[in-house]
Amino acid sequence: MNATPLSTPSVAPSFPQSVWLVAEREVGSKLRSKAFLISTGILLLIALVSVVWGGFAAQSSNAVKVAVTSDTAAVADQLGDAVEPTQAADADAARELVASGDVDAALVPSDEGSFGFAVVVEESAPSGLMQMLSQTPPVEILSPSGTDGMLRYLVALGFGLIFFMAALTFGSTIAQSVVEEKATRVVELLISAIPTRALLAGKVVGNTILAMGQIIGLAAIVIVGLTVTGQGELLSGLGAPLVWFAVFFLFGFVLLAALFAAAASMVSRQEDIGSTTTPLTFLVMAPYFLVIFFNDNDLVMTIMSYVPFSAPVAMPVRIFLGEAQWWEPLLSLAILLASCAAAIWIGAKIYEHSILRMGARVKLAEALAG
Amino acid sequence: MLELSGITKSYGTHRVLDDVGFTVAPGRLTGFVGGNGAGKTTTMRIVLGVLARDAGRVELNGSPVTAADRRRFGYMPEERGLYPKMRVLDHIVYLARLHGFSKPDATVRATALLEELGLGERLQDDVETLSLGNQQRAQIAAALVHDPEVLILDEPFSGLDPLAVDVVAGVLQNRAAQGASVLFSSHQLDVVERLCDDLVIIAGGQIRAAGTREQLRSEHAQRRYELVSAGDVGWLRDDPGVEIHEFDGGYALFDADSDETVQRVLRRAVESGDVASFAPRHPSLAQIFKEVIQ
Repeated sequence: MNATPLSTPSVAPSFPQSVWLVAEREVGSKLRSKAFLISTGILLLIALVSVVWGGFAAQSSNAVKVAVTSDTAAVADQLGDAVEPTQAADADAARELVASGDVDAALVPSDEGSFGFAVVVEESAPSGLMQMLSQTPPVEILSPSGTDGMLRYLVALGFGLIFFMAALTFGSTIAQSVVEEKATRVVELLISAIPTRALLAGKVVGNTILAMGQIIGLAAIVIVGLTVTGQGELLSGLGAPLVWFAVFFLFGFVLLAALFAAAASMVSRQEDIGSTTTPLTFLVMAPYFLVIFFNDNDLVMTIMSYVPFSAPVAMPVRIFLGEAQWWEPLLSLAILLASCAAAIWIGAKIYEHSILRMGARVKLAEALAG
Repeated sequence: MLELSGITKSYGTHRVLDDVGFTVAPGRLTGFVGGNGAGKTTTMRIVLGVLARDAGRVELNGSPVTAADRRRFGYMPEERGLYPKMRVLDHIVYLARLHGFSKPDATVRATALLEELGLGERLQDDVETLSLGNQQRAQIAAALVHDPEVLILDEPFSGLDPLAVDVVAGVLQNRAAQGASVLFSSHQLDVVERLCDDLVIIAGGQIRAAGTREQLRSEHAQRRYELVSAGDVGWLRDDPGVEIHEFDGGYALFDADSDETVQRVLRRAVESGDVASFAPRHPSLAQIFKEVIQ
C-alpha cells in the first residue's frame, strides 16, 4: 500500500470550489452522452438550414414573368420590379409564350375596355399582377407599423421556441440528474463531502453552462448565417434583442433550474419525476403558446415582458418591435433577478429537506417546513 | 476516537434509537452487529450527518463533530450507488477532489487504491458495466480514497465472494494499522469474529453489549469445557456441578458451575485415564449475539 499516511490531511475545498467541481462533472457527463451531442448537432443544423434557406428564398426573384409587345412594354415598365417583362414580336408570339409556360401572363394591345391592353393567361390570372394593374385610391397611413406582421410572428415564434426547447431540455436534464443521485444514493457520498447547497448550486451552474452554450451556439449560427447569406438588414434589427434574450435567458434558466432541481428532489424514482415537475413544464411552455396567440396584443405582451417566466421571450420581442422604452428591459431584469434569488432560496430549502428522504413523494409543505 | 453518547432518534412515535452510545477507537476495527431493523444504518447515517438526531452527541477526540471533520470521514452507504455512466477511475477521482485533493493527487490515489482492490484492469470502464462484486469494490474505493480518519462502512462484505472478502478485509486492516478508526456493520458474524478488535451489539435500537472481543468473550464465557479422554467419562454425569451438552464415550462438552468444579473434574479425569485434551471452549460471536439480544 503506497497511500499517503494519515498525517497529510486534505484541505476541504471551499464552497465555490465544490460548486465548480459539481458543475464540471455535470457538463462533462453530458458531453460524454452521444444522445446529447447528436441532438445538439441536429438542432444547430436545423438553425443553419433555416437561415440559409431563408436567405435563398429572399434572393430568388418572385417577380411575375410577363410577355409584352412593343405597344404594352410601357405598362410593364410602370409596374417596376414587380414584373419581369419578356419582349415578344407581336401579340400572337406573346400568346404562344403564355401557352408554352415561359411566362405567367402576356400583355397584348386591345380595344376592349378603357385600358388599351388585355391580359392573356393560361388558366387563371396571377392575383398579384391583377392587383398591380387595378386602380386603387391612394392610402394615407397615420401610424405606420414598424414591422410587418409575418416577421413579427416569426421572431416571436423563434424566441418562444428556443426558450421553450432549451429550458425544457436542460430543466429535465437537471431533474433527472437529481433523481439519479437520489435513486443511486450517490448523494449520500456527495453530501458527506460537500454542503448540500454546494451540490445544488453546482448542478444549476453546470446545466446553465450547457443551456447557455447551446443558446450561444444557435445565436452564432444565426448571426453568421444571416451575414453570409446577405440578410444583414434583418441582423441589424435582431442584434440587440438577441443580446437581451441571452441575458434574460441566463437568469430565467437559473430560476427554472433551481425549481426543477427542487421538484425532482421530492421523488425517489425516475418514473415519478413527472408528478412534481409537470407544473414547471407548463410554466415553461406557457410563454411559447402565449406569444404565438398574442404577439400582436400590446397589453398581453407588456404584461408577459414583466412576468419572470415569460420575460425572456416577451421582452426581446418587444425590443425587436421597438415597443419597449429603454428602461423597460432593465426593470424587467430587476424583477427577474429578484425572483431568481427567491427561487434559489426556496429551491435550496426544498432540496435540502427532501434529498435524503427516500420512498414516497415528499409533500411540498413538509419539504418547505423541514 | 469517535464517541457516541445518548443518541436518540424517532420516526413519528416509533423510537428507532434509544440512548445509543459506544466508542470507535483509532487503529482498531470495530464490528457493529445487530439484526435487521436494529438501528445500525440509522446510527451510521447520524454519525455521517446525513440524518439528524433527536438527541445525543457525536464527538471526535472530545469535541462535537463538525462538517469539516466529516470531510475526513469515509462512508459506504447501505444501499450502494455510484453514477452508472461514469468511468470507474473518473468517479473515484471526482470523489477525492470533492474531499479536497488536487486533480493529479486524486488520480494517483484513486489509481493505486483501485489497483489494490483488484480493479486495475477496469479503470476506464463505466461503473454500470462492472459485476456487482466489482461495483462493491469500487464502492469501497469511494469510501477510502481520501484516506479518511474515520471509516463508517455499512455492510462492506455483503455480496462479496470469499476471495473478495479477504481482499477487502486486508485493505480495512491496513487502514486501521495506519491509525484510522473503522466501524463496520455486518450480518456475517464469522467475518466479524475473525476481523474485529472491538464489538458493538445493537438490538431494538439499544446497545446490548460493547467492548473488545476478548472482553465480551470472557464476560459471556460460561466455564464451558471440552474433555477428550482415552477412558469412558460417564462419571461426569454424576458430578452435581456439571451440566453436559454433548457426550460420546471419551468426549464431553460441559458447563461447570465453579472453578473448583473444573479442577475437580480435571483431577478425576486424569485419575480415570489418559487425558488427550482438556480446554475451555470460548463462546462464538454467534452465541454471544443470540444471548445478548434476547
